[in-house]
Amino acid sequence: MKIHEFQAKQIFRKYQVPTPNGGLALDSEKARQIASEIGHFPVVVKAQIHAGGRGKGGGVQLAQSLDEVCKHTEAIIGMNLVTHQTGPEGKIVKQVLVEAGVNIEKELYLSLIPDRETACILVIASEAGGMDIEEVAATTPEKIIKVHINPLSGIQPFHCRKVSFGLNLPSAVIKEFSQMLTRLYHLFIENDCSMVEINPLVITKENRVLALDAKMDFDDNALFRHKDLLEFRDLDEEDPLDVEASKYNLNYINLDGTVGNMVNGAGLAMAVMDTIKLAGAEPANFLDVGGGATAEMVENGFKIILSDDKVKAILINIFGGILRCDVLAKGVVEAARKTEIKVPLVVRMEGTNVEEGRRILAESGLDLFTADDMKSTGEIVAKIAAS
Amino acid sequence: MSVFVNSDTRLLVQGITGKEGQFHTRQCVSYGTNVVAGVTPGKGGLDMDGIPVFNGVAEAVQHTRANCSMIFVPPPFAADAIMESVDAGIELIVAITEGIPVLDMMKIKQSINGSGSRLIGPNCPGIISPGQAKIGIMPAQIHKPGGPIGVVSRSGTLTYEVVFQLTGQGIGQTTCIGIGGDPINGTNFIDCLEAFENDPETKGIVMVGEIGGSAEEDAAEYIKSNVTKPVIGFIAGITAPPGRRMGHAGAIISGSSGSATAKIEALNNAGVHVCENLGYIGEMSAEIFPS
Repeated sequence: MKIHEFQAKQIFRKYQVPTPNGGLALDSEKARQIASEIGHFPVVVKAQIHAGGRGKGGGVQLAQSLDEVCKHTEAIIGMNLVTHQTGPEGKIVKQVLVEAGVNIEKELYLSLIPDRETACILVIASEAGGMDIEEVAATTPEKIIKVHINPLSGIQPFHCRKVSFGLNLPSAVIKEFSQMLTRLYHLFIENDCSMVEINPLVITKENRVLALDAKMDFDDNALFRHKDLLEFRDLDEEDPLDVEASKYNLNYINLDGTVGNMVNGAGLAMAVMDTIKLAGAEPANFLDVGGGATAEMVENGFKIILSDDKVKAILINIFGGILRCDVLAKGVVEAARKTEIKVPLVVRMEGTNVEEGRRILAESGLDLFTADDMKSTGEIVAKIAAS
Repeated sequence: MSVFVNSDTRLLVQGITGKEGQFHTRQCVSYGTNVVAGVTPGKGGLDMDGIPVFNGVAEAVQHTRANCSMIFVPPPFAADAIMESVDAGIELIVAITEGIPVLDMMKIKQSINGSGSRLIGPNCPGIISPGQAKIGIMPAQIHKPGGPIGVVSRSGTLTYEVVFQLTGQGIGQTTCIGIGGDPINGTNFIDCLEAFENDPETKGIVMVGEIGGSAEEDAAEYIKSNVTKPVIGFIAGITAPPGRRMGHAGAIISGSSGSATAKIEALNNAGVHVCENLGYIGEMSAEIFPS
């Protein structure tokens, strides 16, 4: 689960990780009030959307007066912000963060992520702050510092020294930086983060360490022990169909293609999407109804797929195994009738009682194609896609 | 022959009295797996279909000499259940549970190092040596005993599809291992490849990977210099969009890393026979593997 910058900074402040003074505004009046409380200029007005690259898209503006604060706020709120992460359709901005500008001496990059390979918390830092870190890693890998922290022993002073000296920090800053990094580590662990990124983290001319930006992502599997974080979820930032599917506990991701598909199991679902592509069509979605898959899940799956206007055909591939195919077939027929499917439906199923299942589908009177195996499934999809 | 589990495996089920635990324990028993004990804290002294239930793993091991544990405990308590099995000296721990927090898995991974226990999973269908033992939730009837192929995969139903096609071609399996779809898991591809390479009955290997992480790339490196048996590879997720988690917690392309294309290239470079169309993996196996 991703959250907004202003929310991440609220959590930062709770852990005494320093951030610039400021507040959230939904209109220019509130923005003016926050700016006058800050009391000095420049003031920064920052669009609050989940996607990165806001500055380049015109979503971050410097103001030298209260009038400019209002002007920028009015321009940014309501704008359709397009960045490399929003996709070409962009994102409507609903709120801005108004913050004190700072005297920047040096911009750094700092992030914490769980490292899959070593099962450690990985601290990534760089002197090349404010830039796309993937690009820095590709072009100047020597500028990237990586420090692994074993979660059983936790962060130690030597970890902080490794990062500090690696960043060539002036000695006057090292103590404050180390304190900040230690707090950030605790914030990461205590909130089950899957990413904390500060880009840039700045050293000010007054030798202070400040998180100018803040990006946080949480481990969805751990949200059960962080009920307080759930209030940070912003449904406006998610695809409406994805949100609808999450209500039914379906693993759904809306895509650009025309062939809707419903599969049990994530790996098989991806492989079926790939099969659709190999057949010359494009998948309209990823939909995993779970390893078990019940008739009810199938019905909910139909509802989600059919509410996507792009869908021109639907492919169902269920590898039942323990689930009986006759039960599944009845579920498919019922759901197809209830939801009044008007597009071609291809069904492939395998598992216990498969013959009985196929008979139920054949005698249902529904306009559907039954595929016997994965190979013919691809061929049928290809035929439909071509027609 | 087989790897990791065989007819001598003495299975204990953690979470045996829950709905899933009961159902799948019965399926394992009816396949012929030697289920010797169950553990549910607070239900010690009871039994499930005649299988004695204990309050703790150590006590169960002491009474039944169980050497393998299958875990059906819900995510908030699963890490504790795995650690309890490690503490009791269980040799093989198979964690079926989906949804264990990453941080819990990091701690487990660190504490299991050097412990003598092997963990398979979590978020996996388990492991089966057809005709000998089934420890997991996979449909038994699609498997064919007698080898000669070993199967290792990050996915559940995708593995069933592959095994189904192998059996359809008359090709049996020595052992099929689901290593799970989480970003941090116990046993990895390399552990399984090594075991299959050392198993004289296994004559060929099918490896099923997916987007996310670099486990397939690491496996490709290993295969290049350590595996002499033919390997067929399949990678799911060519059409997966970057930055989105595709059902499995570990299936995500982050920036430039974890894409299907990079994994396929690594496997090709390692001499692995990459199958690009899932519908043909059975036919391809019949062509490539020695009969």
